[in-house]
Amino acid sequence: MDMYMEEILEHYKHPRNRGTMADADITFSDSNPLCGDEVDVYLKLDNKKTIAEVKTEAKGCAISQAAASMLTDTLRGKSLEEVRQLKNQFVFDLLQIHLSPIRVKCALLALIAIKKGIYQYLGTTFTDENN
Amino acid sequence: MKTTIPPSIKNDFPIFKRKIHGKPLVYLDSASSSQKPRQVIDTIKDYYEKTHANIHRGVYTLSEEATLAYEDAHRKVARFINAKFKEIIFTKNTTESINLLAYSLGLELKKGDEILLTEMEHHSNLVPWQQIAKRVGAAVKFMKVSQEGELVIDNKLFTPNTKIVAVTHISNVMGTINPIKEIIQKARSIGAKVVIDAAQSAPHIPIDVKELDADFLAFSSHKMLGPTGVGVLYGKQEFLEKMTPFLYGGDMIKEVKLEDTTFNDLPWKFEAGTPNIAGGIALGTAIDYLTNIGMHSIDQHEKELLQYAHEQLSKVKGITIYGPRDLKKKAGIIAFNFEDIHPHDVSSILDTEGIAIRGGHHCAMPLMKVLDIQASCRLSLYLYNTKEDIDVLVKALEKVRKVFK
Repeated sequence: MDMYMEEILEHYKHPRNRGTMADADITFSDSNPLCGDEVDVYLKLDNKKTIAEVKTEAKGCAISQAAASMLTDTLRGKSLEEVRQLKNQFVFDLLQIHLSPIRVKCALLALIAIKKGIYQYLGTTFTDENN
Repeated sequence: MKTTIPPSIKNDFPIFKRKIHGKPLVYLDSASSSQKPRQVIDTIKDYYEKTHANIHRGVYTLSEEATLAYEDAHRKVARFINAKFKEIIFTKNTTESINLLAYSLGLELKKGDEILLTEMEHHSNLVPWQQIAKRVGAAVKFMKVSQEGELVIDNKLFTPNTKIVAVTHISNVMGTINPIKEIIQKARSIGAKVVIDAAQSAPHIPIDVKELDADFLAFSSHKMLGPTGVGVLYGKQEFLEKMTPFLYGGDMIKEVKLEDTTFNDLPWKFEAGTPNIAGGIALGTAIDYLTNIGMHSIDQHEKELLQYAHEQLSKVKGITIYGPRDLKKKAGIIAFNFEDIHPHDVSSILDTEGIAIRGGHHCAMPLMKVLDIQASCRLSLYLYNTKEDIDVLVKALEKVRKVFK
């Protein structure tokens, strides 16, 4: 049952950075049609370059929610460019569990939503080619 | 109490020898796709080893044998649902059968015409109609589904403009058995054609298209012990004769000139190109297998298991079951949620116990909206399931609870 390790469940039950943000610079909503997981991300920027604050509202499975929680905890102080360049492996390393190909989509939901939001903010289109 | 079909039937299905995470496989996802008996697997192997050649082409022995076997499979399907040979078209799956109808019947519709569906349709009996309607300017209307998961039949929806009524026989999510006889009669009274999605019924209960008076009925081989890649479309001969083909090409023609083509006789008019010959023949074997056991026995067996599963699951704290409470209105499919644990998490943990159930929206997103849920778990039963399968599931749910405590 290594997919549901203590730490994953801890983040699932007590997600960090949960909530909405009225004055966000970047907002983006994404969903995973397979499971119906949904995530709304809110980013507040410093000097239009660095992430100052991050919030997510997420509905879905433990894996998607824990991934959102763990990921958002690492984003403050990172530049948009850094986040834009984050590899999928970054999330896998945070989760430290073996994911089946189908559950990979759950794990990456928040990261991809955040990247899509940043790309939109920068006026470019998100592609998956970084990974 | 013993069930109608003994647990020893699992011996016919090689996959049950397999261990999943070291546990015996408990397969509760037959509504998605069924497992295959040895006979069906052997048919495919034997066909390729001994008989394969293209059909309707050569005059040599192999081609003749392959042609006869493939045509014979159509006859078996025809007998299975009390239709005529000419009325049985092999497609790729239920989805393709419905697309055939959507293109052939739907493109004839005009602005102002109406297609009547239900809120509980699988996407495959919704999206083709919705998209074709957009092209021709027809309207799509929906029969509502109650919170108990039953159809609300509103007479006002059956209008002189209703040209096609397409409805699922059994809900692939909640197992609701719809009153299709009543719907067919209502459609008949306004002159609309009726399409029955029988993907969840043909594998499980006896179907008689004459008795139902259905105009069209579609189902898939892979949900009824046959291989993937073969579907069936039944249509009344009088309609099929008049309809335009959906796919054009080889085998569906009688005579081709550069400027025009005479189409082949039924059912070949609707089977363009080299079909899935081995798959079609193996569907015939699957039907032999089902007929040998008897569709009434299969129905009975699943009713017994459904009742047992309902009783056992109802005892589990935190279970919410969707769909009709009256089990007489329900087939062997149970949609449920457990505590507030996401269905994917439930399924993932059950998988570690060797249990295969489905978690998600089950290709019925509009229905999820009606039920006001994002997703659900779903278990579905077939002739090889046993009471022990249910017991293993119920025990494993306690493990799920423990993980999330």
